[in-house]
Amino acid sequence: MQISFTLNGRPTIVDVEPATLVAELLREQLNLTGTHIGCDTSQCGACVVHLDGLPVKSCTLLAPALDGATLLTIEGLQGAPGSNRLHPMQEAFREHHGLQCGFCTPGMLMTAVALATERPDLTEADVRHGLEGNICRCTGYQNIVVSVMAGAAAMNAARGE
Amino acid sequence: MKPFAYHQPDRIPDAAKLLTSIEDSKLLAGGMTLIPTLKQRLASPPALVDLSRLGHLKGITDDGATITIGAMTPHAVVAASKLVKAKIPGLAALASMIGDPAVRIRGTIGGSVANNDPAADYPAGVLGLGATVVTSTREIAADGFFRGLFETALEPGEIITALRFPMPLKAGYAKFKAPASRYALVGVFVAKFADGVRVAVTGAGSGVFRVPPMEEALSRSFDPSAIAAIRIDTDGLTSDIHAEADYRAHLVTVMAKRAVDAAVS
Repeated sequence: MQISFTLNGRPTIVDVEPATLVAELLREQLNLTGTHIGCDTSQCGACVVHLDGLPVKSCTLLAPALDGATLLTIEGLQGAPGSNRLHPMQEAFREHHGLQCGFCTPGMLMTAVALATERPDLTEADVRHGLEGNICRCTGYQNIVVSVMAGAAAMNAARGE
Repeated sequence: MKPFAYHQPDRIPDAAKLLTSIEDSKLLAGGMTLIPTLKQRLASPPALVDLSRLGHLKGITDDGATITIGAMTPHAVVAASKLVKAKIPGLAALASMIGDPAVRIRGTIGGSVANNDPAADYPAGVLGLGATVVTSTREIAADGFFRGLFETALEPGEIITALRFPMPLKAGYAKFKAPASRYALVGVFVAKFADGVRVAVTGAGSGVFRVPPMEEALSRSFDPSAIAAIRIDTDGLTSDIHAEADYRAHLVTVMAKRAVDAAVS
């Protein structure tokens, strides 16, 4: 079947079998390998993308669900338009050592950006609850939480400019 | 996943017709259970009937004496709903404890109730509140809806369109979750109405069930201490890698007390 959607700001039309997962479509057909498949059982959150602005697990989403929707993947996350800068949340993860092996990082970032967007007054408890569906097997949660708090503050500051 | 045909009807009768005319076809709501099931090849339906284009199945309405939640309403919407939080805070709390944030954005109340997983949260809320399951053809009282392990009163081709909840005086939910799956090892929903108390348990057995001795004790005194000494029989309770039946029986009492605590606080 043919589906059309907006992918990282660009209109996209693809032919897919209905039995295709969004994570597969992104990685294998569209060559966007930043979205990771960790557990493939919707537990770990490495595959989180934003569907119409909301964080969802792309390993448990069928491609037809994209039809008419807006999809943002880790590749679409960026700093101020026209620059080559990292997104404030990515910058915060780099600054605060919010990653070790990096495998879970794309999902952590996508969930973190959604959290900070939804709640400008984000607390540390919100972050810990909000990251429940993202697993880091390096167990580097402490710095991830610190990074998300810093990234959220930077996003707030950028909004205020 | 094995290949399947994909249908996106925009009318309930069309969806019902597809479901009855294509043998072994399945309804797709949020897909939080169905998609993992397809991936593991525990099911290989020839066709999926996607309900996402039935926009009117989404949303929460205040009917005065009751609240109606459309079948395609995601858990995150119920958890954040000002109306549900104001009128049945225990139900909003239950929705906020399902799965994880990403799962709550996709998973729907109708899908959860239709699937009737023995460890799902919503069946406890629906049975505990004595809700009405509204379908494409009729209305079914919660007491007659859940029929044990993944079984419900739904007929072939029948589609849940909404859940209608009566307003309790007080209600609460407490859950001891399996940390990996986030399903309820044991979850207990307690609701106090003018004419009595209902207690519904999920996760402990092959399907959601009520606990009459606790209901009677709580009807006399709606306080955790009223049920502290009530132990439920281990007959018919689940024993598995996560917990033995006697531990689940113990948790029923503990979670019921916490649910009452949540309801009164």
